[in-house]
Amino acid sequence: MDRFLGFVKKEFFHIFRDRRTMIILFGIPIIQLMLFGTVITNEIKDARIAIYDQSKDEVTQEITTKLMSSGYFLLDQNLESTADIEAIFKQGKVKEVLVFGRDFSRKLQREGKADVQIIADASDPNLGKMLATYTTGIINDYIFKQMGNLHLPMQIEPEVRMVYNEGLKSVYMFVPGIMAMILMLISAMMTSISITREKELGTMEILLVSPLRPSQIILGKVTPYLVLSFINALVILGIGHFVFGVPIKGSWGLLLGESILFILMALSLGIMISSLAKTQMVAMFISVIALMLPTILLSGFIFSIENMPLPLQIVSNIMPPKWFIIILRNIMLKGVGMAYVWKETLVLLGMTAFFVVVAVKKFKVRLE
Amino acid sequence: MIKVENISKSYNDVQALKDISFSVEKGELFGLIGPDGAGKTSLMRILMTLLLPDGGQAWMSGLDVVKDYRKIRRIVGYMPGRFSLYQDLTVEENLSFFATVFGTTIEENYELIRDIYVQIEPFKDRLAGRLSGGMKQKLALSCALIHKPGILVLDEPTTGVDAVSRKEFWEMLKKLQEQGITILVSTPYMDEAGLCDRVALMQKGDILSINSPEQIVNDYDRPLLAARSHEMHRLIQDLRQWDQVETAYAFGQFVHITPSNNQLQPDEVKAHLEKLNHQQVRSSFIKAGIEDVFMALMGESESVQSRSQSQSQSQSQSQSRSQSQSQSQSQSQSQSQSQRGRSRNG
Repeated sequence: MDRFLGFVKKEFFHIFRDRRTMIILFGIPIIQLMLFGTVITNEIKDARIAIYDQSKDEVTQEITTKLMSSGYFLLDQNLESTADIEAIFKQGKVKEVLVFGRDFSRKLQREGKADVQIIADASDPNLGKMLATYTTGIINDYIFKQMGNLHLPMQIEPEVRMVYNEGLKSVYMFVPGIMAMILMLISAMMTSISITREKELGTMEILLVSPLRPSQIILGKVTPYLVLSFINALVILGIGHFVFGVPIKGSWGLLLGESILFILMALSLGIMISSLAKTQMVAMFISVIALMLPTILLSGFIFSIENMPLPLQIVSNIMPPKWFIIILRNIMLKGVGMAYVWKETLVLLGMTAFFVVVAVKKFKVRLE
Repeated sequence: MIKVENISKSYNDVQALKDISFSVEKGELFGLIGPDGAGKTSLMRILMTLLLPDGGQAWMSGLDVVKDYRKIRRIVGYMPGRFSLYQDLTVEENLSFFATVFGTTIEENYELIRDIYVQIEPFKDRLAGRLSGGMKQKLALSCALIHKPGILVLDEPTTGVDAVSRKEFWEMLKKLQEQGITILVSTPYMDEAGLCDRVALMQKGDILSINSPEQIVNDYDRPLLAARSHEMHRLIQDLRQWDQVETAYAFGQFVHITPSNNQLQPDEVKAHLEKLNHQQVRSSFIKAGIEDVFMALMGESESVQSRSQSQSQSQSQSQSRSQSQSQSQSQSQSQSQSQRGRSRNG
């Protein structure tokens, strides 16, 4: 036990004395979280629009007010002719123009039909589509509410509700994703680098000829990173919850337990990498190329797995973060308990066991 | 204490150790002497249970290096060729880390390392990476000794260390030997061979000779001449092209000459060189040092290609060389056998 504690103490010295390690451990998670949480969003906020209102009556005024008060749009200017439309798009500030046809309110009353045109700048297709959808939604909403007395022959009124994320906030999606990514990065990459560093500097030679057992060396290496990764998980969850307002509906205990499981999985993956790689460079390369990119692309963090081609969907199953992200989303957003995530938990457990077995088997008690 | 029998080891197609056998007595200071690539490190790593031999067997203190590797690791102190301590840990942290790893404390075994450690103790809060070469070696030795090993294995401990520190280091080894520790040390420096009780001269995976340094020198029966002139480089060239000379190597300001027949006199050398316009020529018989013997043994054991090219000698001579090579092999074999016999008796 003394040996183990001595080893852990030494590991902490390494970590706290290396500035780069400290930055990777504590700087990067926070920076990434802030970046993903604020800069990269799919939401519309204060999009500038222009309005060419040919009727200027009660109804068009009300619709305009409703659009502006929604928080999504900001009125840039009112246009006076169709010619202005193209000019204003070319300036680039305005992303959408709304054109109300003549005699809007009268036509609506009399014929039950009025013209409104939405012209969106689709040079950013996602944004254009979203603006159009939001605008249509708001206009329809208004019409249905105001013209409730209108009795159309037949009418289907879909009532949409986005459960678990009513505001469609992307932070809800990113926080679990980032958490999976950071824990993967720190746990797998840092352990694999720190073990290969011992090989590279020749200190592994001394550790091997000491009475330390392989399990003591591995555990001694892993424990500090387990502690630090857990702190990181807490920080990420804390920032997500208290700064970005991501709800944590399920139990904190279960959430943290699953996080520890995922950290253990990543740590054993790191040890496995270190037994394959001879130098720090190789270890880093494997961690970044083979772990980070698939984690970002194939785990459902950014692109939803359901929309991927079938082969990639199958590949995504061997991505540990995929399962962790599912677990996190379920617990945080849906507030479910173990009964609903046991399958994913089992997958993670299985992966951990596999990596541990390979890592211990591959660990060399000699130099070759 | 250490016993090696017919150990061989290959890396891919390079044979690093060819059927090596020797033994080291308890309390002996035994040196492995040889240039880089002689197989010293491979041999030590096999003894330290870090590598598996391809063939043969070896024992440390009666324990098999393959089967009993766990036990050996507890009783042997090892200092690898490269400085292998934690550079980002201080002197004291390194020492106490290795103490804990071996289940002991600095205080418990302070007695053994005191003489060495007092020299670096003033710097105990300094990071190991910022120590000088000599200091690093002292720290590494302290770490290797912290668990009171019965056998100490040191791989080129004095390489890259200044002359004063080297001398100090060997004095420390002598003191440790007095405390009953068996020491196996390797070095590429011939001058350090004389400080060992017995040495094994190694080259390309072979042991050329095993004996006490004095005996190795005494056993050498060829005459040896030293010569110098004002032009060192041309001197070697001219001597090597002279058919009276078998080998000529530079030793400091002198060239050491092994004549091809044992009758060559210093005066003849002088006369020959003066004929070739060398000035300030001096020549005399000298007593062979261990380095001369090693060079001679190396030359016997195989013809170095570059030399035979520069000498542009006829094939017949290289044939005679290969004959002498096979002779020397059988010789070294019989030697190692006698060695084994002796160790059994002792």
